[in-house]
Amino acid sequence: MKVIRILSRDIRDSFKGVIRNFSLSLASISCITITLIVVSISILLTYNVNAFADNVQKDVTIVAFMNVDITAEEKDDVLEEIREISGIESYEYQSKTDIANDMMESSEDLKNILSQYTEETSPLQPTYLVKVKDINKIGNIAAKIEKIKGVDIVKYGEGMVEQLVSIFEIVKNVSVGVVIALIIVTAFLISNTIKITIFSRKREIEIMRLVGSSNLNIKIPFIFEGLFLGILGSVIPIIITTYGYTMLYKKFDGQLFSPFIQLIKPTPFIYQISLALLAIGILVGMYGSFKAVRKHLKI
Amino acid sequence: MDLIRMKNVKKTYRNGVTALYDLTLNIKKGEFVFVIGHTGCGKSTLIKMLYRQEKPDSGYINVGGIEVTKLKNRKVYKLRRKIGVVFQDFKLLNKLTVYENVAFALEIFGLPKREIYEKTIKVLDLVGLKGKAKNYPNELSGGEQQRVAIARAIVNEPKLLICDEPTGNLDHDTSMEIMKVLDEVHKMGTTIIMVTHDKGIVEEMKKRVILLDTGRVLKDYAEGTYVNESN
Repeated sequence: MKVIRILSRDIRDSFKGVIRNFSLSLASISCITITLIVVSISILLTYNVNAFADNVQKDVTIVAFMNVDITAEEKDDVLEEIREISGIESYEYQSKTDIANDMMESSEDLKNILSQYTEETSPLQPTYLVKVKDINKIGNIAAKIEKIKGVDIVKYGEGMVEQLVSIFEIVKNVSVGVVIALIIVTAFLISNTIKITIFSRKREIEIMRLVGSSNLNIKIPFIFEGLFLGILGSVIPIIITTYGYTMLYKKFDGQLFSPFIQLIKPTPFIYQISLALLAIGILVGMYGSFKAVRKHLKI
Repeated sequence: MDLIRMKNVKKTYRNGVTALYDLTLNIKKGEFVFVIGHTGCGKSTLIKMLYRQEKPDSGYINVGGIEVTKLKNRKVYKLRRKIGVVFQDFKLLNKLTVYENVAFALEIFGLPKREIYEKTIKVLDLVGLKGKAKNYPNELSGGEQQRVAIARAIVNEPKLLICDEPTGNLDHDTSMEIMKVLDEVHKMGTTIIMVTHDKGIVEEMKKRVILLDTGRVLKDYAEGTYVNESN
């Protein structure tokens, strides 16, 4: 009972603390709001860039051209061997006719030329289109496929793919680094603002100690206050993230400039980000208050 | 029985000033003791040691069974709950009402609301401020503010009340009103140790007086024996 009474008094006091020191609370809340907006934008950007990189990487395909005169049996043997290679996401067979049809659709001239051939006489090579699970292993897998009997030549955009992979790797690492750095800067900024506001309440802390409040008793209301500041400070960033991103997604029809760059769908993405912002706001608010009060409890 | 025992207490501040030299002092339960002396004689340091605002460099201090010299920082509250402190500048929270300023000292014990209310009103009545419970400190006179501070210090019935020049900012008549309140508190069984510059009050009250000089006890006058030598 006693603990509940003390705890409910702490929560009441922390509410009062926010209201009674409203101008100071407002400074902390604004600080949290502004920094969380920046964090939110950087998270949105990072995730979209990463999603784009993942999509591009998923689209990279190994094309295994088979000998022109391959028999149906040999073709099945090739498939058996491809299946045995680990790290393959999917595969698709394209017969001479499939390829010819695709080519004929794309140009009138090709249509005229290719229509002169039958399945047997066609110079086109049937292919297997293979997608891999891990883009970093594409070179190895391509080499294994090339060794299979009946496979003539293997192409996957070698050279360019490796470059693309390393560029995306850098972009991913840099953007994650930026978000982490921003969160750390936010934590510092917010804890410093709270420190300043708590400094002005040094007298209150001193009196609390004088009348016999234990250090924990003094810390708890301030930590709750930090929690409320965190919640209040993350409201606007969450609204901006939720509505802003949804509007942006609708305005651009889910893609940026071309169908090649797909934006991440708003749900559940915006909810995850909102939750993250709330968590960052609360944790940083509580941590800032905790650190600031502790400084005044040393004597 | 001694409530306060100080033995060979020495304190030198970081700036090199020695405030207390080898101070030894005992105060019995239920006593009312004045501590007087020139500015810089160590009066304030002496009482700051009692509520563990300052730590001595060497020596032994025991207040109400708690060995203050061995008390860890996070355990200081245990000592503070046994004592009340009144300051010259009142140390009230201006954003809280008179009632809240006093109730504040009880809330930390997690008492039920009803009990807090009853005790607070009772003590405000004792200091003559029941009618001003809803006022804010800056709406009160200096004497009234000091009475609120006394109410806050005694509301949880401490064994010891420490007063650091409580009448320093008040005129003689108001000071005497405060002394009357303190005398009431003393009659209820609380031990009081009060630092003051006002020798007139000391003479009038006829209590035990400890005269400090350069960090040592120069004279210890038994109850009623003090005579203001500067008269």
